[in-house]
Amino acid sequence: MTDLFSKFDPLIETRRALLATGVTDPFNLVMERVISPTVAMCSGRETILLGTYNYMGMTFDPDVIEAGKQALDDFGAGTTGSRVLNGTYAGHRAVEEALKEFYAMDHAMVFSTGYQANLGIISTIASKGDYIVLDIDSHASIWDGCKMGDAEVVPFKHNDIEAMEKRLKRIPEGAGKLVVLEGVYSMLGDIAPLKEMIRVAKENGAMVLVDEAHSMGFIGPNGRGVAEDQGCLDDVDFVIGTFSKSVGTVGGFCVSNHPKFEIMRLVCRPYVFTASLPPSVVATACTSIRKLMHAGNKRAHLWENSRVLHKGLKDKGFQLGTDEPQSAIISVIMPDLERGAMMWEALLHEGLYVNLARPPATPAGMTLLRCSLCAEHSAEQVQTIIGMFERAGHTAGII
Amino acid sequence: MDRAATAEKIAALIEPFNKKGVAISDATTFAGDLEFDSLTVMDFVAAIEDDFDIIITMNQQAEIENYGQLVDAVVKLQG
Repeated sequence: MTDLFSKFDPLIETRRALLATGVTDPFNLVMERVISPTVAMCSGRETILLGTYNYMGMTFDPDVIEAGKQALDDFGAGTTGSRVLNGTYAGHRAVEEALKEFYAMDHAMVFSTGYQANLGIISTIASKGDYIVLDIDSHASIWDGCKMGDAEVVPFKHNDIEAMEKRLKRIPEGAGKLVVLEGVYSMLGDIAPLKEMIRVAKENGAMVLVDEAHSMGFIGPNGRGVAEDQGCLDDVDFVIGTFSKSVGTVGGFCVSNHPKFEIMRLVCRPYVFTASLPPSVVATACTSIRKLMHAGNKRAHLWENSRVLHKGLKDKGFQLGTDEPQSAIISVIMPDLERGAMMWEALLHEGLYVNLARPPATPAGMTLLRCSLCAEHSAEQVQTIIGMFERAGHTAGII
Repeated sequence: MDRAATAEKIAALIEPFNKKGVAISDATTFAGDLEFDSLTVMDFVAAIEDDFDIIITMNQQAEIENYGQLVDAVVKLQG
Protein backbone atom coordinates (compact mmCIF):
# COMPACT_ATOMS: atom_id res chain seq x y z
CA MET A 1 0.00 0.00 0.00
CA THR A 2 1.29 3.46 -0.90
CA ASP A 3 0.95 5.73 2.10
CA LEU A 4 -0.96 8.73 0.80
CA PHE A 5 0.68 10.80 3.51
CA SER A 6 4.22 10.29 2.19
CA LYS A 7 3.84 13.44 0.07
CA PHE A 8 3.83 15.45 3.33
CA ASP A 9 7.19 14.04 4.50
CA PRO A 10 9.26 17.09 3.51
CA LEU A 11 6.94 19.39 5.49
CA ILE A 12 6.88 17.01 8.46
CA GLU A 13 10.68 17.07 8.47
CA THR A 14 10.86 20.90 8.21
CA ARG A 15 8.49 21.15 11.17
CA ARG A 16 10.38 18.53 13.20
CA ALA A 17 13.71 20.29 12.61
CA LEU A 18 12.24 23.66 13.59
CA LEU A 19 10.69 22.38 16.82
CA ALA A 20 13.90 20.43 17.63
CA THR A 21 15.61 23.81 18.12
CA GLY A 22 13.37 24.16 21.19
CA VAL A 23 11.31 27.02 19.78
CA THR A 24 7.59 27.30 20.71
CA ASP A 25 5.38 25.98 17.91
CA PRO A 26 4.28 29.18 16.13
CA PHE A 27 1.26 27.45 14.58
CA ASN A 28 -0.21 26.05 17.77
CA LEU A 29 -0.88 29.08 19.96
CA VAL A 30 -3.94 29.05 22.21
CA MET A 31 -5.65 32.21 23.45
CA GLU A 32 -6.91 31.18 26.87
CA ARG A 33 -8.90 34.33 27.46
CA VAL A 34 -9.59 37.34 25.26
CA ILE A 35 -9.73 40.56 27.26
CA SER A 36 -10.32 43.09 24.49
CA PRO A 37 -9.73 43.47 20.72
CA THR A 38 -6.07 44.17 21.52
CA VAL A 39 -5.24 42.01 24.57
CA ALA A 40 -5.51 38.27 25.33
CA MET A 41 -4.04 35.74 27.76
CA CYS A 42 -1.62 33.32 26.06
CA SER A 43 0.21 30.68 28.18
CA GLY A 44 -0.87 32.60 31.28
CA ARG A 45 0.76 35.79 29.97
CA GLU A 46 -1.07 39.02 29.13
CA THR A 47 -0.33 39.51 25.44
CA ILE A 48 -0.87 42.47 23.13
CA LEU A 49 -2.54 41.27 19.92
CA LEU A 50 -0.86 42.57 16.78
CA GLY A 51 -1.85 39.86 14.33
CA THR A 52 -5.61 39.48 14.29
CA TYR A 53 -6.93 41.50 11.28
CA ASN A 54 -9.36 42.94 13.80
CA TYR A 55 -8.66 46.31 12.19
CA MET A 56 -11.60 48.26 13.57
CA GLY A 57 -11.83 46.48 16.93
CA MET A 58 -15.50 45.60 16.48
CA THR A 59 -15.29 42.17 18.20
CA PHE A 60 -16.17 43.64 21.62
CA ASP A 61 -18.34 46.54 20.52
CA PRO A 62 -21.28 46.56 23.01
CA ASP A 63 -23.94 47.17 20.33
CA VAL A 64 -22.54 44.35 18.21
CA ILE A 65 -22.53 41.90 21.12
CA GLU A 66 -26.03 42.91 22.18
CA ALA A 67 -27.34 42.31 18.64
CA GLY A 68 -25.78 38.84 18.64
CA LYS A 69 -27.30 37.92 22.01
CA GLN A 70 -30.72 39.12 20.93
CA ALA A 71 -30.54 37.08 17.71
CA LEU A 72 -29.55 33.96 19.69
CA ASP A 73 -32.64 34.43 21.85
CA ASP A 74 -34.97 35.23 18.96
CA PHE A 75 -33.73 32.93 16.19
CA GLY A 76 -31.70 30.17 17.89
CA ALA A 77 -28.15 28.91 17.51
CA GLY A 78 -28.13 28.02 13.81
CA THR A 79 -30.18 27.77 10.63
CA THR A 80 -29.34 24.14 9.77
CA GLY A 81 -29.92 24.92 6.14
CA SER A 82 -28.83 26.36 2.82
CA ARG A 83 -29.59 29.95 1.90
CA VAL A 84 -31.80 28.72 -0.95
CA LEU A 85 -33.86 26.36 1.23
CA ASN A 86 -34.56 27.01 4.92
CA GLY A 87 -31.41 29.02 5.72
CA THR A 88 -32.45 32.58 4.87
CA TYR A 89 -33.72 34.38 7.98
CA ALA A 90 -34.63 38.04 8.36
CA GLY A 91 -31.07 38.65 9.59
CA HIS A 92 -29.48 37.36 6.37
CA ARG A 93 -31.61 39.78 4.35
CA ALA A 94 -30.82 42.58 6.80
CA VAL A 95 -27.06 42.14 6.53
CA GLU A 96 -27.30 42.09 2.73
CA GLU A 97 -29.26 45.36 2.90
CA ALA A 98 -26.55 46.82 5.15
CA LEU A 99 -23.85 45.80 2.64
CA LYS A 100 -25.76 47.36 -0.26
CA GLU A 101 -25.94 50.62 1.69
CA PHE A 102 -22.32 50.41 2.84
CA TYR A 103 -21.02 50.05 -0.74
CA ALA A 104 -23.88 51.96 -2.45
CA MET A 105 -24.34 48.99 -4.78
CA ASP A 106 -27.43 47.23 -6.12
CA HIS A 107 -26.76 43.65 -5.05
CA ALA A 108 -25.16 41.86 -2.12
CA MET A 109 -24.75 38.14 -1.55
CA VAL A 110 -23.52 36.72 1.75
CA PHE A 111 -21.46 33.52 1.96
CA SER A 112 -20.49 31.52 5.02
CA THR A 113 -16.82 32.61 4.76
CA GLY A 114 -14.70 34.98 2.68
CA TYR A 115 -12.89 31.97 1.26
CA GLN A 116 -16.18 30.63 -0.07
CA ALA A 117 -17.07 34.01 -1.55
CA ASN A 118 -13.97 33.98 -3.76
CA LEU A 119 -14.25 30.27 -4.43
CA GLY A 120 -17.89 30.55 -5.44
CA ILE A 121 -17.94 33.75 -7.47
CA ILE A 122 -14.73 33.13 -9.44
CA SER A 123 -15.43 29.49 -10.24
CA THR A 124 -18.99 30.27 -11.28
CA ILE A 125 -18.59 33.37 -13.46
CA ALA A 126 -15.46 32.23 -15.36
CA SER A 127 -16.02 28.89 -17.06
CA LYS A 128 -14.73 26.84 -19.98
CA GLY A 129 -13.29 29.00 -22.75
CA ASP A 130 -13.11 32.12 -20.52
CA TYR A 131 -9.83 33.59 -19.29
CA ILE A 132 -8.93 34.66 -15.75
CA VAL A 133 -6.03 37.11 -15.59
CA LEU A 134 -4.78 37.47 -12.02
CA ASP A 135 -1.93 38.79 -9.90
CA ILE A 136 0.58 36.07 -9.00
CA ASP A 137 0.41 37.07 -5.30
CA SER A 138 -3.34 36.45 -5.09
CA HIS A 139 -4.82 34.87 -1.96
CA ALA A 140 -5.27 31.09 -1.79
CA SER A 141 -9.07 31.44 -2.03
CA ILE A 142 -8.68 33.18 -5.41
CA TRP A 143 -6.34 30.48 -6.73
CA ASP A 144 -8.69 27.78 -5.47
CA GLY A 145 -11.62 29.52 -7.17
CA CYS A 146 -9.61 29.46 -10.42
CA LYS A 147 -8.80 25.78 -9.95
CA MET A 148 -12.39 24.83 -9.23
CA GLY A 149 -13.68 26.47 -12.42
CA ASP A 150 -12.80 25.45 -15.95
CA ALA A 151 -11.45 28.77 -17.22
CA GLU A 152 -7.95 29.30 -18.60
CA VAL A 153 -5.80 30.84 -15.86
CA VAL A 154 -3.17 33.45 -16.72
CA PRO A 155 -1.11 34.96 -13.89
CA PHE A 156 1.01 38.09 -14.15
CA LYS A 157 3.83 39.56 -12.03
CA HIS A 158 2.64 41.28 -8.85
CA ASN A 159 1.18 44.76 -9.45
CA ASP A 160 2.81 44.86 -12.93
CA ILE A 161 0.39 46.82 -15.14
CA GLU A 162 2.37 46.23 -18.33
CA ALA A 163 2.58 42.46 -17.75
CA MET A 164 -1.19 42.38 -17.17
CA GLU A 165 -1.90 44.41 -20.30
CA LYS A 166 0.31 42.22 -22.53
CA ARG A 167 -1.51 39.10 -21.37
CA LEU A 168 -4.93 40.65 -21.86
CA LYS A 169 -4.02 41.61 -25.42
CA ARG A 170 -2.92 38.05 -26.26
CA ILE A 171 -6.25 36.48 -25.27
CA PRO A 172 -8.16 35.20 -28.33
CA GLU A 173 -10.80 37.50 -29.78
CA GLY A 174 -14.27 36.99 -28.33
CA ALA A 175 -13.23 35.05 -25.21
CA GLY A 176 -14.71 36.12 -21.86
CA LYS A 177 -12.16 37.85 -19.61
CA LEU A 178 -12.08 38.30 -15.85
CA VAL A 179 -9.31 40.30 -14.18
CA VAL A 180 -8.87 39.45 -10.49
CA LEU A 181 -7.09 41.94 -8.22
CA GLU A 182 -6.80 42.68 -4.52
CA GLY A 183 -6.94 46.12 -2.88
CA VAL A 184 -4.44 45.28 -0.14
CA TYR A 185 -2.10 42.30 -0.51
CA SER A 186 -2.02 40.86 2.97
CA MET A 187 1.49 39.43 3.09
CA LEU A 188 3.47 42.64 2.58
CA GLY A 189 0.60 45.04 3.27
CA ASP A 190 1.07 46.81 -0.06
CA ILE A 191 -1.81 48.16 -2.14
CA ALA A 192 -2.52 47.76 -5.87
CA PRO A 193 -2.54 50.61 -8.41
CA LEU A 194 -6.20 49.77 -9.02
CA LYS A 195 -7.15 52.89 -10.96
CA GLU A 196 -4.62 52.24 -13.69
CA MET A 197 -5.07 48.46 -13.69
CA ILE A 198 -8.87 48.68 -13.90
CA ARG A 199 -8.62 51.22 -16.73
CA VAL A 200 -6.38 48.83 -18.69
CA ALA A 201 -8.66 45.87 -17.90
CA LYS A 202 -11.73 47.76 -19.15
CA GLU A 203 -9.94 48.97 -22.31
CA ASN A 204 -9.30 45.32 -23.07
CA GLY A 205 -12.88 44.23 -22.55
CA ALA A 206 -12.44 42.45 -19.22
CA MET A 207 -14.76 42.33 -16.23
CA VAL A 208 -13.04 43.17 -12.95
CA LEU A 209 -13.24 41.50 -9.54
CA VAL A 210 -11.46 43.13 -6.59
CA ASP A 211 -10.94 41.44 -3.24
CA GLU A 212 -11.11 44.20 -0.62
CA ALA A 213 -10.88 41.90 2.42
CA HIS A 214 -8.03 43.84 4.05
CA SER A 215 -9.27 47.36 3.27
CA MET A 216 -12.98 47.30 4.16
CA GLY A 217 -13.92 49.61 7.00
CA PHE A 218 -10.57 51.36 6.97
CA ILE A 219 -9.34 52.52 3.54
CA GLY A 220 -11.31 55.06 1.51
CA PRO A 221 -13.45 58.00 2.68
CA ASN A 222 -16.36 55.64 3.53
CA GLY A 223 -14.24 52.59 4.28
CA ARG A 224 -15.25 50.90 1.03
CA GLY A 225 -11.68 50.01 0.20
CA VAL A 226 -8.76 50.82 -2.07
CA ALA A 227 -10.96 51.17 -5.18
CA GLU A 228 -13.02 53.84 -3.43
CA ASP A 229 -9.84 55.56 -2.25
CA GLN A 230 -8.49 55.69 -5.81
CA GLY A 231 -11.85 56.81 -7.22
CA CYS A 232 -12.51 53.73 -9.37
CA LEU A 233 -15.08 51.74 -7.39
CA ASP A 234 -17.74 52.42 -10.06
CA ASP A 235 -15.63 50.48 -12.57
CA VAL A 236 -15.36 47.38 -10.37
CA ASP A 237 -17.85 44.71 -11.44
CA PHE A 238 -17.53 42.55 -8.31
CA VAL A 239 -16.20 43.44 -4.86
CA ILE A 240 -15.38 40.49 -2.62
CA GLY A 241 -15.13 41.03 1.12
CA THR A 242 -15.23 39.35 4.48
CA PHE A 243 -16.81 39.75 7.90
CA SER A 244 -13.77 38.20 9.60
CA LYS A 245 -11.56 41.29 9.56
CA SER A 246 -12.89 44.83 10.14
CA VAL A 247 -16.45 43.60 10.66
CA GLY A 248 -15.23 41.41 13.53
CA THR A 249 -17.13 38.14 13.06
CA VAL A 250 -17.10 35.54 10.25
CA GLY A 251 -18.63 35.36 6.78
CA GLY A 252 -17.95 36.54 3.24
CA PHE A 253 -19.75 38.51 0.57
CA CYS A 254 -19.85 39.80 -2.95
CA VAL A 255 -21.42 43.14 -3.89
CA SER A 256 -22.11 44.12 -7.49
CA ASN A 257 -24.13 46.37 -9.77
CA HIS A 258 -24.45 43.69 -12.45
CA PRO A 259 -28.14 43.65 -13.49
CA LYS A 260 -28.24 39.83 -13.59
CA PHE A 261 -26.33 39.33 -10.34
CA GLU A 262 -29.18 37.66 -8.41
CA ILE A 263 -28.93 34.52 -10.59
CA MET A 264 -25.72 33.76 -8.67
CA ARG A 265 -27.87 32.54 -5.79
CA LEU A 266 -29.02 29.60 -7.89
CA VAL A 267 -25.86 28.69 -9.79
CA CYS A 268 -23.05 29.30 -7.29
CA ARG A 269 -22.34 25.94 -5.62
CA PRO A 270 -20.37 27.17 -2.56
CA TYR A 271 -23.44 29.35 -1.82
CA VAL A 272 -26.07 26.68 -2.41
CA PHE A 273 -24.49 23.54 -1.00
CA THR A 274 -23.58 24.69 2.51
CA ALA A 275 -25.42 25.88 5.59
CA SER A 276 -25.97 29.61 5.98
CA LEU A 277 -24.38 31.68 8.76
CA PRO A 278 -25.94 31.44 12.25
CA PRO A 279 -28.47 34.19 13.10
CA SER A 280 -26.20 35.63 15.80
CA VAL A 281 -23.36 36.01 13.29
CA VAL A 282 -25.41 37.88 10.69
CA ALA A 283 -26.88 40.08 13.44
CA THR A 284 -23.42 41.04 14.74
CA ALA A 285 -22.18 41.60 11.18
CA CYS A 286 -25.16 43.80 10.30
CA THR A 287 -24.74 45.99 13.39
CA SER A 288 -21.00 46.23 12.86
CA ILE A 289 -21.28 47.19 9.17
CA ARG A 290 -23.77 49.95 9.99
CA LYS A 291 -21.45 51.32 12.67
CA LEU A 292 -18.48 51.18 10.26
CA MET A 293 -20.31 53.61 7.97
CA HIS A 294 -19.71 56.31 10.59
CA ALA A 295 -16.24 55.37 11.83
CA GLY A 296 -14.19 58.25 10.43
CA ASN A 297 -12.45 58.97 13.74
CA LYS A 298 -11.46 55.34 14.21
CA ARG A 299 -10.12 55.22 10.65
CA ALA A 300 -7.99 58.30 11.34
CA HIS A 301 -6.60 56.77 14.55
CA LEU A 302 -5.78 53.50 12.78
CA TRP A 303 -3.88 55.36 10.07
CA GLU A 304 -1.96 57.18 12.80
CA ASN A 305 -1.11 53.84 14.47
CA SER A 306 0.07 52.44 11.14
CA ARG A 307 2.32 55.43 10.46
CA VAL A 308 3.83 55.43 13.98
CA LEU A 309 4.55 51.69 14.00
CA HIS A 310 6.01 51.73 10.49
CA LYS A 311 8.35 54.61 11.29
CA GLY A 312 9.24 53.17 14.71
CA LEU A 313 10.24 49.78 13.33
CA LYS A 314 12.08 51.30 10.37
CA ASP A 315 14.05 53.59 12.67
CA LYS A 316 15.06 50.59 14.82
CA GLY A 317 16.60 48.99 11.74
CA PHE A 318 13.99 46.40 10.76
CA GLN A 319 13.45 45.58 7.10
CA LEU A 320 9.80 46.19 6.20
CA GLY A 321 7.56 44.97 3.38
CA THR A 322 6.78 48.49 2.14
CA ASP A 323 8.80 51.73 2.15
CA GLU A 324 5.79 53.68 3.36
CA PRO A 325 2.77 52.45 5.36
CA GLN A 326 0.05 51.64 2.80
CA SER A 327 -2.47 49.76 4.96
CA ALA A 328 -3.00 48.50 8.52
CA ILE A 329 -0.52 45.69 7.85
CA ILE A 330 3.15 46.23 8.62
CA SER A 331 5.24 43.29 7.50
CA VAL A 332 8.69 42.71 9.01
CA ILE A 333 10.97 40.64 6.78
CA MET A 334 12.97 37.88 8.52
CA PRO A 335 16.20 36.39 7.14
CA ASP A 336 14.91 32.78 7.29
CA LEU A 337 12.29 30.56 8.93
CA GLU A 338 14.47 29.54 11.88
CA ARG A 339 15.38 33.07 12.90
CA GLY A 340 11.84 34.21 12.11
CA ALA A 341 10.52 31.62 14.56
CA MET A 342 13.12 32.72 17.16
CA MET A 343 12.07 36.33 16.79
CA TRP A 344 8.40 35.35 16.94
CA GLU A 345 9.02 33.48 20.20
CA ALA A 346 11.07 36.34 21.66
CA LEU A 347 8.15 38.68 20.93
CA LEU A 348 5.72 36.26 22.57
CA HIS A 349 7.91 36.26 25.68
CA GLU A 350 7.77 40.04 25.62
CA GLY A 351 3.98 39.73 25.57
CA LEU A 352 3.29 40.46 21.90
CA TYR A 353 1.53 38.29 19.34
CA VAL A 354 2.20 38.74 15.61
CA ASN A 355 1.65 36.34 12.67
CA LEU A 356 4.58 34.25 11.54
CA ALA A 357 4.03 33.83 7.81
CA ARG A 358 6.03 31.40 5.72
CA PRO A 359 5.94 29.87 2.23
CA PRO A 360 3.74 28.95 0.42
CA ALA A 361 1.59 31.76 1.86
CA THR A 362 4.33 34.34 1.33
CA PRO A 363 5.73 35.70 -1.95
CA ALA A 364 9.31 34.90 -3.04
CA GLY A 365 9.79 32.29 -0.31
CA MET A 366 10.00 34.96 2.39
CA THR A 367 9.53 34.48 6.13
CA LEU A 368 7.55 37.40 7.55
CA LEU A 369 6.41 38.67 10.92
CA ARG A 370 3.17 40.24 9.91
CA CYS A 371 1.69 42.88 12.17
CA SER A 372 -1.91 44.00 11.73
CA LEU A 373 -2.92 47.07 13.68
CA CYS A 374 -6.25 47.80 15.31
CA ALA A 375 -8.08 51.12 15.70
CA GLU A 376 -8.36 50.18 19.39
CA HIS A 377 -4.58 50.04 19.90
CA SER A 378 -3.77 53.08 22.02
CA ALA A 379 -0.85 55.36 21.16
CA GLU A 380 0.87 54.01 24.33
CA GLN A 381 0.39 50.40 23.19
CA VAL A 382 2.05 51.21 19.85
CA GLN A 383 5.07 52.66 21.70
CA THR A 384 5.16 49.56 23.94
CA ILE A 385 5.10 47.38 20.81
CA ILE A 386 8.07 49.23 19.29
CA GLY A 387 10.04 48.68 22.51
CA MET A 388 9.17 44.96 22.49
CA PHE A 389 10.34 44.65 18.89
CA GLU A 390 13.63 46.35 19.72
CA ARG A 391 14.40 44.03 22.66
CA ALA A 392 13.28 40.88 20.83
CA GLY A 393 15.22 41.95 17.74
CA HIS A 394 18.40 42.06 19.79
CA THR A 395 17.60 38.73 21.51
CA ALA A 396 17.06 37.00 18.15
CA GLY A 397 19.97 38.79 16.47
CA ILE A 398 17.76 40.39 13.81
CA ILE A 399 18.93 43.96 14.45
CA MET B 1 8.75 29.05 -36.80
CA ASP B 2 9.74 25.36 -37.02
CA ARG B 3 10.69 23.18 -34.07
CA ALA B 4 14.45 23.60 -34.47
CA ALA B 5 14.28 27.40 -34.59
CA THR B 6 11.85 27.48 -31.68
CA ALA B 7 14.09 25.18 -29.64
CA GLU B 8 17.09 27.39 -30.36
CA LYS B 9 15.26 30.51 -29.19
CA ILE B 10 14.05 28.79 -26.01
CA ALA B 11 17.58 27.51 -25.32
CA ALA B 12 18.79 31.12 -25.28
CA LEU B 13 15.88 32.21 -23.06
CA ILE B 14 16.44 29.46 -20.50
CA GLU B 15 20.13 30.30 -20.01
CA PRO B 16 19.76 33.01 -17.32
CA PHE B 17 17.43 30.68 -15.37
CA ASN B 18 19.77 27.67 -15.63
CA LYS B 19 21.88 28.77 -12.67
CA LYS B 20 23.64 25.44 -12.23
CA GLY B 21 24.48 25.06 -15.91
CA VAL B 22 22.55 21.78 -16.29
CA ALA B 23 23.00 20.18 -19.74
CA ILE B 24 19.60 20.45 -21.42
CA SER B 25 17.91 17.79 -23.53
CA ASP B 26 14.26 17.18 -24.39
CA ALA B 27 14.00 14.99 -21.27
CA THR B 28 15.28 17.66 -18.85
CA THR B 29 12.58 18.39 -16.25
CA PHE B 30 11.94 21.87 -14.85
CA ALA B 31 11.04 20.90 -11.29
CA GLY B 32 13.49 18.00 -10.92
CA ASP B 33 16.60 18.64 -13.05
CA LEU B 34 16.52 22.43 -13.20
CA GLU B 35 15.07 22.85 -9.69
CA PHE B 36 12.76 25.70 -10.75
CA ASP B 37 10.62 27.02 -7.90
CA SER B 38 7.22 28.61 -8.57
CA LEU B 39 8.70 32.11 -8.82
CA THR B 40 11.33 31.04 -11.35
CA VAL B 41 8.64 29.27 -13.36
CA MET B 42 6.61 32.48 -13.51
CA ASP B 43 9.59 34.59 -14.67
CA PHE B 44 10.69 31.97 -17.20
CA VAL B 45 7.18 31.52 -18.61
CA ALA B 46 6.81 35.32 -18.83
CA ALA B 47 10.10 35.55 -20.76
CA ILE B 48 8.91 32.94 -23.28
CA GLU B 49 5.43 34.48 -23.55
CA ASP B 50 6.86 37.92 -24.24
CA ASP B 51 9.41 36.66 -26.77
CA PHE B 52 6.95 34.57 -28.78
CA ASP B 53 3.94 36.83 -28.07
CA ILE B 54 1.85 33.91 -26.83
CA ILE B 55 0.03 32.89 -23.64
CA ILE B 56 0.92 29.68 -21.84
CA THR B 57 -1.95 29.37 -19.36
CA MET B 58 -1.57 27.64 -15.99
CA ASN B 59 -3.78 24.89 -17.41
CA GLN B 60 -1.26 24.32 -20.24
CA GLN B 61 1.72 24.67 -17.89
CA ALA B 62 0.36 21.81 -15.80
CA GLU B 63 0.90 19.49 -18.79
CA ILE B 64 4.50 20.64 -19.37
CA GLU B 65 7.05 18.82 -17.26
CA ASN B 66 10.14 18.68 -19.46
CA TYR B 67 11.98 20.78 -22.02
CA GLY B 68 10.77 18.78 -25.02
CA GLN B 69 7.14 19.25 -24.00
CA LEU B 70 7.71 22.99 -23.65
CA VAL B 71 9.20 23.27 -27.15
CA ASP B 72 6.29 21.27 -28.59
CA ALA B 73 3.78 23.47 -26.77
CA VAL B 74 5.39 26.70 -27.98
CA VAL B 75 5.50 25.41 -31.57
CA LYS B 76 1.80 24.60 -31.33
CA LEU B 77 0.86 27.89 -29.66
CA GLN B 78 2.48 29.89 -32.44
CA GLY B 79 -0.12 28.29 -34.68
